[in-house]
Amino acid sequence: MNQFWKLVARDLRLAVREGGAVGTALGFFLVVVALMPLGLGPDLNLLSRIASGVLWIALLLAALLSLGRIFETDYDDGTLEVLATGALPLQAVTAAKALAHWLSTGIPLALLAPLLGILLNLDLKATPALVATMLAGTPAVSFLGSIGAALTLKARKGGLLLALVVLPLYVPTLIFGISAVSAVTFGTGAFQASFLILVAISLASVVIGPIAAAAALRLQLE
Amino acid sequence: MGIKVVHLIADQLVIMRGSRVIIDTLSFTVGGGEALVLAGANGAGKTTLLRALAGFLPAEHGAIRLDPNQDDTALRERMHVIGHTNGIKSSLTVRENILFWASYLSHDSSSDAMHRADHALDHFGLTTLQDFPAQYLSAGQKRRLGLARLLAAYRPVWLLDEPTVSLDTASAAQLAAAVNGHTQSGGIVIAATHMPLGLERARELRLTSAGPPQ
Repeated sequence: MNQFWKLVARDLRLAVREGGAVGTALGFFLVVVALMPLGLGPDLNLLSRIASGVLWIALLLAALLSLGRIFETDYDDGTLEVLATGALPLQAVTAAKALAHWLSTGIPLALLAPLLGILLNLDLKATPALVATMLAGTPAVSFLGSIGAALTLKARKGGLLLALVVLPLYVPTLIFGISAVSAVTFGTGAFQASFLILVAISLASVVIGPIAAAAALRLQLE
Repeated sequence: MGIKVVHLIADQLVIMRGSRVIIDTLSFTVGGGEALVLAGANGAGKTTLLRALAGFLPAEHGAIRLDPNQDDTALRERMHVIGHTNGIKSSLTVRENILFWASYLSHDSSSDAMHRADHALDHFGLTTLQDFPAQYLSAGQKRRLGLARLLAAYRPVWLLDEPTVSLDTASAAQLAAAVNGHTQSGGIVIAATHMPLGLERARELRLTSAGPPQ
């Protein structure tokens, strides 16, 4: 367990030192959301109606940008092979790396979302719900994403392939994330049900993600 | 860390890459305190054999085991694997790199790990560079930092794949000293190398190509 936290701490330290991946994801999130009003015109009612959907989709795309790096740099410099010879099972290694990805990318993206919501005239009373759903939903983004990152590790220019593998897995998170926010915006009162399902999806992916990613990595290390 | 005399036994190994047999029914035993040097032309299967011993590549047939394996520790936890890459992070300093491996690869307390890490840096002449980010090191210095992992955490079996790449003669001598020290204390070393290292207690195992693709 000690080794698990050491690995998480190392990944976080690398994320801070290298900075690029997190900064790119945040910048991409900002740019995509800022383009929306330009493309759709200044109809405030329309914007506030689609705001939660736009924010969620932009968040998924921004997270996707940084997913490839979960294992890629460690694979390229040989670190992954050495990690695999540690006392920590490979499932715990992938879990640690996905957790570090969530802490370094998922949380910053979720916290940036309310600011971007202003650009889309998101109802202010929906802002806490938006942040809550994003914090609860992004673990699924990191842990399911680690499966795709492990599968496409050796595919050169695997970025597009990664998107094809991973985006369909995000559909349930997207649906329940948006429906929880809409429940608050339109006052239908179904927030709790959607939110709990969202949490359940995240918890399930925290269990499934590391196991599947470890199996994929084992093939990549042959 | 206790010094235990162990044997690494490979029994009737068959290793395939796709449909191609690379290692065909190979058996050998390496005793504690021995070094086994794998020799053979390019493509003879040296790397493949080492990766199979390290557990990355499943053997088609046969078994690899440590004898006696007292505490049932997984094989991979008893081995150091030095491959073609160094396993270092360019944005961490030399010392951070080796400290991470020292504590990740062993169950030592953090003061023991720090002590071993310092010893490892000292042995490979990296002490003066310890606060530099690893990205500013030369290729040979990076290799030495990769090799320093061997001393930073104790493991009885060392698998070395072309460990001397980009090392100068003085650094190669440091490596040979580390390897000889390891075998003297009962460890096992299996190395694939083209450069004579001046190892004591070394045997040679010559691999021949298993023939054309079938």
